[in-house]
Amino acid sequence: MSVDLSQFIPSFLEESFEGLELMESSLLNLEAGDHETIHSIFRAAHSIKGGAGTFGFDVVTEFTHLVETLLDEMRDGRREVVQKDIEILLSSVDCMRLLIEAARDKESYDEDKVSKTTKELSQTLASNETTNVTNSEQTTQTVNNASDNQENDELLTYLIHFVPEHDLAKTGNDPLFLFNALAELGELTIKANTSELPALNDIDPQELYLSWDLTLKTSANKEDIHEVFEWVEDECLLEITLADAINQEAPEQTQNLAVEQVQEQVQVQEQVAETKDTPSPDTEQTTTSKPKEKTKAKAKAKVEVSSIRVGVDKVDHLINLVGELVITQSMLSELGNDFQMDNIERLTNGLEQLLQNTKELQESVMRIRMLPISFAFNRFPRLVHDLANKTGKEIELVIKGEQTELDKTVMEQIGDPLVHLVRNAVDHGIEPADVRLANGKSAKGTISLDAYHQGGNIVIEISDDGGGINREKVFAKAVEKGIVEPNNTLTDSQVFDLLFEPGFSTADQVTDISGRGVGMDVVKRNIQSLGGRIQVESAIGKGSCFKVNLPLTLAILDGQLVKVGSETYIIPLISIVESLQVDRELINKVSGDMTLYRLRDENVPILPVYQLFGLATDFTEIDNALLVVVEADGQKVGLMVDDLLAQQQVVIKSLKDNYQQVIGISGATILGDGSVAMILDIPGMIQMALSYAQKKQQSSSEVGEFC
Amino acid sequence: MDIQDLATDIPVEGEHSIEGIDFITSGEQYLTFMLAEEQYAVDILCVEEIRSWEQPTKIPNSPSYIKGVINMRGIIVPIVDLRLKFNIGEASYHETTVVIVLTYHVDDFSRTIGFVVDAVSDVLNVKENDIQSSPAFGGCVQPQYVEGLINVDKNVVTLLNVEHLQKVEKHTLQH
Repeated sequence: MSVDLSQFIPSFLEESFEGLELMESSLLNLEAGDHETIHSIFRAAHSIKGGAGTFGFDVVTEFTHLVETLLDEMRDGRREVVQKDIEILLSSVDCMRLLIEAARDKESYDEDKVSKTTKELSQTLASNETTNVTNSEQTTQTVNNASDNQENDELLTYLIHFVPEHDLAKTGNDPLFLFNALAELGELTIKANTSELPALNDIDPQELYLSWDLTLKTSANKEDIHEVFEWVEDECLLEITLADAINQEAPEQTQNLAVEQVQEQVQVQEQVAETKDTPSPDTEQTTTSKPKEKTKAKAKAKVEVSSIRVGVDKVDHLINLVGELVITQSMLSELGNDFQMDNIERLTNGLEQLLQNTKELQESVMRIRMLPISFAFNRFPRLVHDLANKTGKEIELVIKGEQTELDKTVMEQIGDPLVHLVRNAVDHGIEPADVRLANGKSAKGTISLDAYHQGGNIVIEISDDGGGINREKVFAKAVEKGIVEPNNTLTDSQVFDLLFEPGFSTADQVTDISGRGVGMDVVKRNIQSLGGRIQVESAIGKGSCFKVNLPLTLAILDGQLVKVGSETYIIPLISIVESLQVDRELINKVSGDMTLYRLRDENVPILPVYQLFGLATDFTEIDNALLVVVEADGQKVGLMVDDLLAQQQVVIKSLKDNYQQVIGISGATILGDGSVAMILDIPGMIQMALSYAQKKQQSSSEVGEFC
Repeated sequence: MDIQDLATDIPVEGEHSIEGIDFITSGEQYLTFMLAEEQYAVDILCVEEIRSWEQPTKIPNSPSYIKGVINMRGIIVPIVDLRLKFNIGEASYHETTVVIVLTYHVDDFSRTIGFVVDAVSDVLNVKENDIQSSPAFGGCVQPQYVEGLINVDKNVVTLLNVEHLQKVEKHTLQH
């Protein structure tokens, strides 16, 4: 019987990545003597190993086996849990992730990192060898692998002591199958131990009371035998020993073994040497070029299209709603089959019900896309841990509001900006311990991540109790870079906004963590492209707080419908400052034909939408026109429109799917009457107006209609 | 003869005529349509649907042959006037003016575009070796859009390449 295993690979990958995340977070919280945590880490590693073996990802299996061995020693208390080992295990988790990603994409991986970690692991394991059974087992395995090549025909006798847990059969495992599989490996003698068998009255027919001592004469190695027990290993006591080692009646064989053991040692040493000097054998097959960056970028792209896990309750709720919708539909169609005017009340009721159903359905479908923000926050304990080690600072990370839900797309795109902000908090925010102590603070700095809902938005706060932002330093730097004039007076928030200017960095020393001045502007741009904004609050000596304000979802926005000529456009409500009727006296023409509108003490350029989009309209006079003042990138402009229509929520549809990105348009939506309306992209429109103005400056002689 | 009998009577191979209906059971099928007086054809498997003309929503600053976008069951579909694109005849809109919506799939990627034509006419059944290559003389239609020519009685039908129709759309627009 052959089953196509490849169909299960995606689930395996998904589970493995979850397992790795679990391992990572547990490792970070691991303290000596915490057996429960070690157990759960071990279990995660073990299922990854098992799955990888099943699907033939041998590199993953081999590597995970080393990790598992180390964890096993910790689990059994044969090894102390020390920080150094945790670090090695953490980098092993990274390697496992690399290997699994490589297996998924069928591409090569960062060989240096893997072989370095393999070496570290083997050294750590070797350092505890004398007292270590598992370790010697490990050694035997290596040897047996090696001896496979040379002495394949040699028959060895293994004693297998197999004591299954009582409920082994309940998990669908039958010892008989295991024995049959073992019998295929060689000559098998089975002795059952019935001592635990209770009296007939007390027997539960579903329980297993037997244990077995098996003797296997085989040419197969120990790993093959382990493989037979792979699926039950967790639920039984299993001891596999080479009979020859204890069997004094066969001196010849013992001698033979002694020789072998010497060989073993040599080979082990050789292997260690090999890992030191050259890339491990597996890596030799792959290409020597390092498409590391490329792979990373690719993996990221792939993550975006991956599946989401949805709670059963959400799906059940959805099914209920669909059920109701079907009932309403059948009621309405029955009504429509034979309609009389006196049924009009029932029709109205039915339509009302339909409205209710659709609304609820829409809400629950949107909720399916929502995930708790812990998906984005999960990576930070590790990140802060690593960065704290690197910078030698003591930092505690406090995470609040992990259960706050956020649209999946927003979540994917907010990850990188958040990483950047947290890195900054560690690098620039928190001071070194001695400085902190001198300032009367505790040596340990605190960075907190908080997420909560506010209106239709989600707010993410990244705050630290570090030195705060030095206003004067920022201002001086901005003057030096020519971003502001020295005699400008700016408010605190305006000064802090300078941090997001391109090419700005106040770090005295550029480190590899941050301070290169690329980044904060990118952070701001990423957040803005999600329709959000970022604010900074800071107090010298007390710390700073970065507040990121994001819309809950990208799929729906609140829009203001406006009319220009015969077309309807939608302006995102979030970018509208105000709408007003033009007062003739406040219009000023400057520098040729630029029209400015005096809005209190600000001068706002007027953009006639009909001109920008080349539309025909009767409303070309600025007098008494309607002006929608919008803001993007700190720039206010007044959009001149014919009419203001309703405000409503619209579902955003991409134009890119079947067409392409259009400048000045962020997407389209379908209105209540089934027609399509374009959603305006305010930053894009401002850009468009700017380039239009530049073009006009270049060829001032050329006067004519735009486009 | 009712529909049941028709179904059982359909022969396996060849061309047969039952009560005025042409049953075509071999070769590829193509949908033919008119642009002014000329006949064109596209692979019928790419045809999503044929709609009557309705005024689409304009896309700002797009080329003149992009008439705009329509809502096709929740999907935003751009509309290209083939007469303007190929510069054939005049772009007037009558009762017979229709929009042929074509979908082209490549791997996971697919693109749906509607094309305005003067009228749809027929479904042609053509064997692969009946498609002739087009002579390299100039014409309004750029050569990359032409897959080949098909002789039908005394007329010639131009077979269009759907892949290029949809792909080039993207490139020419990225000024």
